[in-house]
This record gives sequence, structure tokens and C-alpha cells, in this order.
Amino acid sequence: MIEVHHIDKSYGSLTVLKDINWQVRRGQFWGVIGPNGSGKSTLISLLSGVEKPNRGQIKLGGRRISEYKRKELSRKLAVLQQDGLPPVAYPVREVIEMGRFPFQNWRGRENSEAARQLMDEIMAKLELNELASRPLHVLSGGQRQRVALGKVMAQQPEIVLLDEPTTYLDIRHQVQFMELVAGWQREAGLTVISVMHDLNLAALYCDQLLVLHQGRVVAEGTPEQIINSEMIESVFHVKSHIVTHPDQGEPQLLLRKTDRANVK
Amino acid sequence: MRSKLAGYGIIGLALLAMTLLICIGVGSVYLPAGEIMAILLHHIPWIGDFITPDWSTASEQIVMKVRLPRVLLGLLVGASLAVAGAAFQGVLRNPLSDPFTLGVSSGSALGAAVLIFLGWQYSWIGVFTLPAVAFVTGSLTLWIVMWLARENGKIPIENLILSGVVMQSFLGAVVSFLTAMSKKTVNEILYWTMGSLSLRGWSYTAILLPYMALGLIFLWSRARTLNLLALGERQAVHTGLNVEFTKLSVLFVATLLTAAAVSVSGVIGFVGLVVPHIIRLITGPDYRLIIPLSALGGGIFMMWSDLAARSLLAPIEIPLGIVTAFVGAPFFAYLLYRKKREREVEMR
Repeated sequence: MIEVHHIDKSYGSLTVLKDINWQVRRGQFWGVIGPNGSGKSTLISLLSGVEKPNRGQIKLGGRRISEYKRKELSRKLAVLQQDGLPPVAYPVREVIEMGRFPFQNWRGRENSEAARQLMDEIMAKLELNELASRPLHVLSGGQRQRVALGKVMAQQPEIVLLDEPTTYLDIRHQVQFMELVAGWQREAGLTVISVMHDLNLAALYCDQLLVLHQGRVVAEGTPEQIINSEMIESVFHVKSHIVTHPDQGEPQLLLRKTDRANVK
Repeated sequence: MRSKLAGYGIIGLALLAMTLLICIGVGSVYLPAGEIMAILLHHIPWIGDFITPDWSTASEQIVMKVRLPRVLLGLLVGASLAVAGAAFQGVLRNPLSDPFTLGVSSGSALGAAVLIFLGWQYSWIGVFTLPAVAFVTGSLTLWIVMWLARENGKIPIENLILSGVVMQSFLGAVVSFLTAMSKKTVNEILYWTMGSLSLRGWSYTAILLPYMALGLIFLWSRARTLNLLALGERQAVHTGLNVEFTKLSVLFVATLLTAAAVSVSGVIGFVGLVVPHIIRLITGPDYRLIIPLSALGGGIFMMWSDLAARSLLAPIEIPLGIVTAFVGAPFFAYLLYRKKREREVEMR
């Protein structure tokens, strides 16, 4: 589905990504993890085609990303940014309808019956019907992020890129959001690539993880293969215990306080 | 959305018709609305044949030769400036931008003033020379203002307004200098610095109409993309919008509209600021409503302003730009104040 071949990316003299090689197959749920400044968000920008690599190439379905027209790309690939949607005065349903933009002709028309049905499904699935005519700026952060997800769903993409989608949410809304994404992925056979800050959430919901450190891939594989206290210490510089989740056996991280005697 | 547009549109058109009758009726000679309607209908083919003239030829002369062209020109100028203002606000995502505050009006006026100073206003491509040159100098001004205001690839609101004001004062000084240097054309250039619709006749209306019509249609067709841009440039790109092309084409057409308006009426400030904001307060943020309703609102606003300009101190005429500034500048201050309040609320 996505092939990343030997890409480098730098801004001026600052190299952000070095020689990244990566294959993503259809239907996978990838989590991209790594400390701040490791190049996670840059990788998402490159995949979304907003920025171009200095070297190497990224292919989507066998074609280079740069060969796609903007609208064409948006029918295949959707992006949900970290900051989601700004507090504007547009009503919820209209914002979600804006996700149909890549399918509309210049007059803003498309097969309206099918589109309306899709909108109704999305509104119901995300439990947004009560908020349909509420303007965005009066919504809470969790609600607004749900609207952002709805707009991305309206794009009916094959791949969705999420850039730290749960950063500004409380734990209830973090779990709710990840459940919605996981449900959508199962139903639509979607490919998901999500930058994650919370390693436990990443281990629970992602079936593959890519670990970036100082612009390089240092590990990739299933959470069970990758998450161990040595990796965590070398990449994140924190000491931890790894335990297995009693429900499904995913690795979960317990942080350890630094032993005061060891601090120099 | 469509029913909303129809509702507001009908109210707007009714207000427009009322304004039209009042503005044609009021003047040194008062004309009753019934007579004006009869004269206007008489000049429409087919319907005109059913109306027998029972008015004096003087009344007909006043309506057809003096007041109607002036009022219609006001409608077109107001509509052009208001639509351009709405487009600038949408594409720069800056509520304080309009053709005047961005310096585009002053830039266009400078081009026009230089041509008149040199006596070249009808050379090269005839009546299109003035709008074309005004467009070039207006675009150059916009480019300089945006270049001055740019900071790390972004254009902060305050920088943009500051650069606009700087350019506006500088260009205004150049135009004033030209006025002082020129002997016979003083009044004509002076019009361009303060705006006027007097003694323009039908030819100016005919010049402006195609710009206004095409500009309005184009910008209205971009309304959906302006809505998308309101969510942020990154969002818009991800949703499939070619952001750079959209921004350039909208800026281009909005500048063209401004230049065409300025080259027939001079610099009339704040119309593009006040009107879209009032429309936005009534209808909400949807540009599919804001663009067409701004055209109606701008026309109405301009006709009333011109009525005030020519009748408040009659027979002396107040320059039109001064009338709109009396309304617009306090409104601008109010917007600044509100912006400040919003930021204070966000900080908490």
C-alpha cells in the first residue's frame, strides 16, 4: 500500500529524517512512536504529500505521491492533525460535509442521495446528531475531535494518517476516540498510520509499531516484539517495567521512579 | 443553505429596490416614487409600451441622465468593494482586511492619478487603460504589503494592517504631491484621493459592469473553497484543495475588482470591511451566503452613503470617502476591540 524508499528530510542544515525504509500493507494499523523531535510529524507530512523528501521516494499504490493531483490524493488518503479543527462558527454537519470536497465538481454537486446517506451514517456512528447544527466553537475538545474524525470519514479514504490525535483529550475521550478509529478500520478495511505519544494506548490499539529515534528507524514490529525495557530506556531515557495486559496480553508500560542514589 | 440564501436574498432585493427609489427621488428636485417607477418601466422594452408618459420631460431627464446613472454606479462600486473585501478576508483569514486597509485602493488610485496627471487616461487601450493600470499598481501594492508583513512564512494580522497603513500613507502622499504639482487637473485627481460618484454618466457604469459581474461570479464560485480555507490551510490541503492556486486566483480577482471600482470612483474606504462583517453577523460564516449578500449590502450601503454625501450639506458635496470613513473607522476600532477581548478570553 505504502512504500517508503530511503528518504531523507532536512530543514536547512537540520536533518530530521535519515534513510527511512518502511512498508505498510493494506489493512494494517501502525503506530509511530518516538520521543519529541524524533521526526514523527515530519514523516506524516511527507506521507500526506504536503512536504517533499530531499532524497528517496514514497509510493502509494505503486505510484509516487508527488504524481497524484491534490484532489485525487485526498480521495485515497486523509489526515487528522494534532490540533484538529479550529474554533470556527460553522455548524457540525457542514464541517463534516466539507470532507466531501474531493468528490464534488466545481459547483459543489455530487450524487446527493448516496452522499446524504453517508453523512447520516457518520453522524449516527459518531453520535453527533444532537450537535448537528451546533457551531464548532461551542463544542468541547473531545466533541471537536469527533467532528474532525467525521470529516475524515466523509473523505472515504483507504488510508488515514493521524498525528497524535488524542493529545488534548482526557482519558475517557482518548479511549472513545481510539475505539471509533479501530471500529472504522475493521468495517472499512482501512489502513491506519497514527503517531502516538501514549505507549500503552499504542500497544493496545496498533498491530504494528515503528520506533523513530533521532530521525532513524530503530525498531519495527508488533508491540510484543518491540516493547521492552531496554528499548524504552535507550530511546526515551526512562526506566520502566513491562507487564502483560491481563485481557489480551499486550505489553503495557509501568514507569519507575529514578532511584535518588543513582542521580549524579 | 439554498433556502437561507433565497430568504436573505429576497429581503436584500426589497431593500435594494426601496433604496433605489429613495436615492433617485431625493435631490434638489424631489421626485415621487410613483413617477420614478413609471419612468423606469417606460424605458424597459415591451412593458414600456403600456405606459403613457404623464410626467414632465425635465423629470425624465433628471432620472435618466443624472440620478439613475449615479445611483447605479454607486451600486456597482459598493458591490465590487464589498465582495472584494469579503474575498480578502476569506483568503487571508484576517477579519481586518479590505481593499482600503490593505493599501490596494491607494495603489490603484496612484496608477490612476499618474495617468491623469500625464493626460494619458484614454491612450493605449481606450476606456480600459485606467482600470488596467490601476490593477497593475494595485497588485504591486498588495504584493509589497504582503512581503512587508510576512514573518516566517506566515502573515500575522497586526503586521498586515501595519504594512497596509504604511503603504497607504506613502501612496497617499505621492498622490497629494501630484495634485499639488498639477494645475488644471487638480479637481480630477483630488476626486481619486477622497472618492466621488458625481458627474460620471453612463459610460463609467458600462466600464465597471463587466468587471463587477465576472468578479462576483468567480468569487461566488470559490465560496466553498473559502469555507474550507477557514478551517486552516493545512486542513484545506488535506481535504484536496490546491491552496496556493486558490489564494492567488482569489487575490487576483479581488484586486481586479478593487482596481476597476477605484478607477471609476476613487478611493472609498471601509466599505469592504463594514459590509461583509454585518452580513456575517446576520448569516454566519458561510461564504456561499456572504459573497452574494455582500454584493447586495455593499450596493445598498454605497447608495445611502452617496445620498448622504450629496444631500447633507447640499448644494456642497461631501467627498464620499469621508462619509464612509465616518461610519467605517469607528467600526474598525470596534472590530479591533472585539479581537482584543476574544484574545483575553482565550488567555484565561
